[in-house]
This record gives sequence, C-alpha cells and structure tokens, in this order.
Amino acid sequence: MNQPLALTAAQKAGPRLTLAALGAVLAILVALPLLSLLPADNPLQVSAYTLTLVGKILCYAIVALALDLVWGYAGLLSLGHGLFFALGGYAMGMYLMRQTAGDGLPAFMGFLAWTELPWYWYGTSSFLWSMCLVVLAPGLLALVFGFFAFRSRIKGVYFSIMTQALTFAGMLLFFRNETGFGGNNGFTGFSTLLGFGITAPGTRAVLFLATVALLVISLALGWGLARSKFGRVLTALRDAENRLMFCGYDPRGYKLFVWVLSAVLCGLAGALYVPQVGIINPSEMAPTQSIEAAVWVALGGRGTLIGPLLGAGIVNGMKSWFTVAFPEYWLFFLGALFIIVTLFLPKGVIGLLRRKGEQ
Amino acid sequence: MHATPGHFMLEPAYDPNSGTGTGRDAIGLGRASGPGLDVRHGTLLTLEDINVSFDGFKALRDLTLYIGVGELRCIIGPNGAGKTTLMDVITGKTRPDSGQAFFGESLDLTEMSEVQIAQAGIGRKFQKPTVFEALSVFENLELAQNADKSVWASLRARLSGEQRERIEDVLTTIKLDASRQRPAGLLSHGQKQFLEIGMLLVQDPQLLLLDEPVAGMTDAETEFTAELFKGLAGKHSLMVVEHDMGFVGSIADHVTVLHQGHVLAEGSLEQVQADERVIEVYLGR
Ligand SMILES: Nc1ncnc2c1ncn2[C@@H]1O[C@H](COP(=O)(O)OP(=O)(O)O)[C@@H](O)[C@H]1O
Ligand SMILES: [Mg+2]
Repeated sequence: MNQPLALTAAQKAGPRLTLAALGAVLAILVALPLLSLLPADNPLQVSAYTLTLVGKILCYAIVALALDLVWGYAGLLSLGHGLFFALGGYAMGMYLMRQTAGDGLPAFMGFLAWTELPWYWYGTSSFLWSMCLVVLAPGLLALVFGFFAFRSRIKGVYFSIMTQALTFAGMLLFFRNETGFGGNNGFTGFSTLLGFGITAPGTRAVLFLATVALLVISLALGWGLARSKFGRVLTALRDAENRLMFCGYDPRGYKLFVWVLSAVLCGLAGALYVPQVGIINPSEMAPTQSIEAAVWVALGGRGTLIGPLLGAGIVNGMKSWFTVAFPEYWLFFLGALFIIVTLFLPKGVIGLLRRKGEQ
Repeated sequence: MHATPGHFMLEPAYDPNSGTGTGRDAIGLGRASGPGLDVRHGTLLTLEDINVSFDGFKALRDLTLYIGVGELRCIIGPNGAGKTTLMDVITGKTRPDSGQAFFGESLDLTEMSEVQIAQAGIGRKFQKPTVFEALSVFENLELAQNADKSVWASLRARLSGEQRERIEDVLTTIKLDASRQRPAGLLSHGQKQFLEIGMLLVQDPQLLLLDEPVAGMTDAETEFTAELFKGLAGKHSLMVVEHDMGFVGSIADHVTVLHQGHVLAEGSLEQVQADERVIEVYLGR
C-alpha cells in the first residue's frame, strides 16, 4: 500500500528535477554568448556558427511555445504560425534595410525603378517604430483573422486549413516584387543594427541574450497563464466548448486573447531571428514551415510548457545535421517522425519522460 | 455590434439591470443570475407556440409551456418527443422557427446567445454528462461558479474565502469530497452526473434545466438526487426531464407530458397517468 507514497515522492522530485535541469540549461545559454567573445585560439571559444545555430533554434522554440499556447491549451491547431513569425521578421528587416540604405532607398527598390518609399515603409528608419511594427503587424492580422474566424465558430480542421491558406496567401503576396518587400529574395545584406555592426561578436552576443530573455519571458508568461483561471478556461474550451458556454463564458474573447498573444510572441521571435540569421524571405511563410512547427510541438508534448521547447530543439538539431548529411531526405524523415509521434507518443517526449519518472 | 473605446468586443453581455448596473459590456461580462429579473406575474419561463423543424421534420409543434417561480416541473414523454430539443430552444442552442420564449417578463430568449442566456440565469445539465475531463473536480466547480466570467477577470481571478467555502459545501453535498483533486475524466458515470449537478449548484442559476439527471444512478443515488432537487425548489425553478417514473413521482408536483413535439397532458402525476391519451402513447407502443 505504499504505492501512493512512492507516487507523491516522484511527483515531488519531478518539479525539483525539472527546475534543476531548467537552471542548468539557462546557465549554459547565458554562458554561450560570453564564451563566443573569447579570442579565437581559446579552446573554450564558441564559434559564430554555433551561436547563430543555437540562437536560431531558440527563436523556433519561442514559436513552438506560442503555438502550444493556442494548440495545446486552447485546442486551436494553427498551421499558419510561420506567417506571424515572418511578419515580425520582415518588420525588423525593414529597419535593417533602411540602416543599410542610409538616406537612400533600399537597393531592391532601385531595381524596380521606384523613386519614393511606399507609405508602409514610412518611419521604418526609426528603431522604435519598427519594434512597434514587429508587434502590430502580426498582432493586428491575428486580431482581424481571429475575430472573424471565432465569431463564425470556425473550429477544428477548418480552422487549421484557413490558417494554412492564410500563410500561403501571405507567401504569394510577398513573392511579388510589386508588394515592396524584395520579392523572392526578401531582405539580406544587412550592415548595422542601431549603428553596431550586425556581424560583430558583441552584437551577436547581445542578440543571443535578447533571444534567451524573450524565451524566459514567454515561458514565464505561459506558466502564469497555465496556472491562472484563464488557463483552466482554455483547457475547458478545448475539451467541451459547448459546456463552457452554458456555464456563461464567451469562448470568443478567450480564444482571441490567446491567439493574438501567440501571434505577437511569434512576431517577436521572428524579429530576433532575422538579424542573427541575416536573411528573411517569403519561404518562411511556406506552408511546410508552419506544419513543421506543429511537428515540434507534437513531438515535444503539447499542453505542456517545456515539451514544445524540447521538440523544437530536437527536430532542429536533427535537421541541421540531416541537411548536411542527407539533405534530400529531410522532409521524408520529418513526415515519418510525425507519424511515429502520433502513433506511439501521443503525449510527446515529455510524456515519455514523465512515465519514466513515475516508474 | 458596437464598440466602446479601449475595448474590443464581440457582443454586449446581457445585463438585466441595464441602467442601474455597471453597464460594462466587455466580452463575457455580466452576472450569472439577474437579481433584477422581472417576474411580476410569478412566471419565470414563458414558451408560446414554439415550432422547431429539422429538414422538414417537426421536432416541436405549437408548444406552449409556463414555468412558475420556484416550481419543480417534470417533463416526461417517449424517446424523440422533443424534450432535449425543448431545452435546446430555452438555452439558445436551437432557434425556434416561430413562437415566443421569455425568461421573466422582459428577456427574449430567441434574441439572446447561449452565453447571454447562461449569464441571465439559466443553467443546464446535459443528457450525456459533460464535464471538463482534463480538469480536477474542484476546478470544474471553480469554473462553473457564479462569478465575473470575462477574460480580464479570469486572468486575475483568485478564489475568495467565501467562494472556496461554497465549493467545499457543494463538494460535500455531491459526495465528491475525497475526489476533489481527481481529473473529472476519471470519475464514474454516476459521479460525473453528480459533478454536473454540483456545477449547476455553484453556478446558482434561477432556472435549472436537467436532462435525464438520474440515468445511470443507483437507487440510493436516485433517492438522494430527489431530496436534493426538492431542497432546491422554492429558491430556484427546476425543469427535469426524466424517464424514471418512480423518480418523477417522488419529486414532481406538476408533470407535463410531451408527445411528438406537442404538450399532450399536464397536471399531477396521478392525473396524467390516468389520462387516456397518455396511456395510449405509452402503452400503445
Ligand atoms: N439536430 C437535429 N437534426 C435533426 N433532427 C433532430 C435534431 N435534434 C433532434 N432531432 C430529432 O428531433 C426529435 C426530438 O429529439 P429530442 O429532442 O432529442 O427527443 P427526446 O429528448 O425527447 O428523446 C427526434 O426525432 C430527433 O431525431
Ligand atoms: Mg433527450
């Protein structure tokens, strides 16, 4: 009869173990950029390549967390989160392009023989306004889309298809040169950020630290939401929306809030991704990108906070190895991974770890 | 659809006290039961000439029904008589093709959304017990509890001592004290029935609609539920759909028999059981 006791002990050890692991990871993440500042001949020096790779994966991890807030908690599977990520990235890219162009027009506009900035480029030479755009562009789009989708009670697979169509439409729009975002080349060739050289080790380190900070903030936000009554309403909404309405809750406001929040987090992640990676183009809006994000969440374990981070880390870690070793097989592998997870790991890696922990 | 500065909203919450109340109309704001509900003539629910059809099939035909304040009404009738559809109409899930539905004197149910109707003070227990399976028993009650149900309130909500006590009381009443931390999905069918009844109790609506509440309960549980409902009548109005005649006999002072979407008979259980047409409907099958 001491099984319940053992169970509680495991449950008690669980959070402490998780917390210790989180602390260790955080310490490493803070150390990485500092180590990258060491002279190149130091054995502990972290290369710019590694730092960029990890920074990129951290940005994806934020997307995974944001997606999990709407999918894992509220039951809204978005297959269009890549769009919000890209919009944040483009907003940051506009600023970087203006920095590069100085007083002139961004180079690609010259090729189009444009002599004046389009109206939506006004103010983008200001860092502050660009940061507002990073939040506003994905936030407003999510607000308008969500308002109509939730008002019309679009749910389940219909909702997923609509989000997928949305990101696809976004990609087609941004592919056009006339849209004014550099067509299929997008933005690249950045030089400075706030006057600092964009590839300078110091800038890279600060961008990396900012990404870590955003991740920690997102995690804290998600944790707060999940523990609040709001989070419980979302869970109820996911499982029995009708019942919730007859309890007197209006699901639309709840969905809209978490949906917009999630989009804004993606936009912020995109804004940090672009200066680290040095390029943004419409391929970020490709439908497969958003589907991949869903795979990260499913693999890691949806409805948990750490799961999506693990998933993003594992899949992207594998991807960076795969695309060097067998580039043509990556998509097959990704598909197989998704099937395996769906069939054998319904609760993801986190579920597996938890089961191990309880044994 | 209108907007006030600073908030975006989808639909104003129904405030029966508009003018005297706070007048806030952000998403999901409003009280669960309208203390200002106008029930001058002692009639809480008025349904007149309600018609509902599904693809030409008439589920409700010229149905007229009144429920008084504090009344406990039982609705009986064979399967497919339209009992669940009747509850769907009252709670806004199904819109009638024609007819009038009023809550109190002034709230037109046909114009209100499901959420507004729930906030105005009509609670419902479904035929198939529906609880929030991933949440614990306690959390289920917490969500159902009569409180500000807007997004902003939920973000900041903390249970007050009084609210916690109320949940504790109900936990004791529905005998789920020991299972409070269990996920509701792990409860037995009967326990889920009780949890859903408990959710109605904490929601504290003026009118409770209960669709086959004792299905799947043991005799002792059924008896207990009967006591519970009798205790609620008076302060609340109840409309109970049930097949179990023993249960109906033990609680109802007034019974309505529904047949093919129409009220066949109304009166005390003895009266309706003696009614020729009722006997025909029940025994003729
Ligand atoms: N959404 C619907 N679409 C089509 N027919 C329906 C629908 N809901 C109920 N019905 C039909 O209406 C009739 C009444 O159903 P219901 O109200 O569930 O009966 P009861 O609860 O009295 O058993 C049944 O014949 C049923 O098949
Ligand atoms: Mg029924």
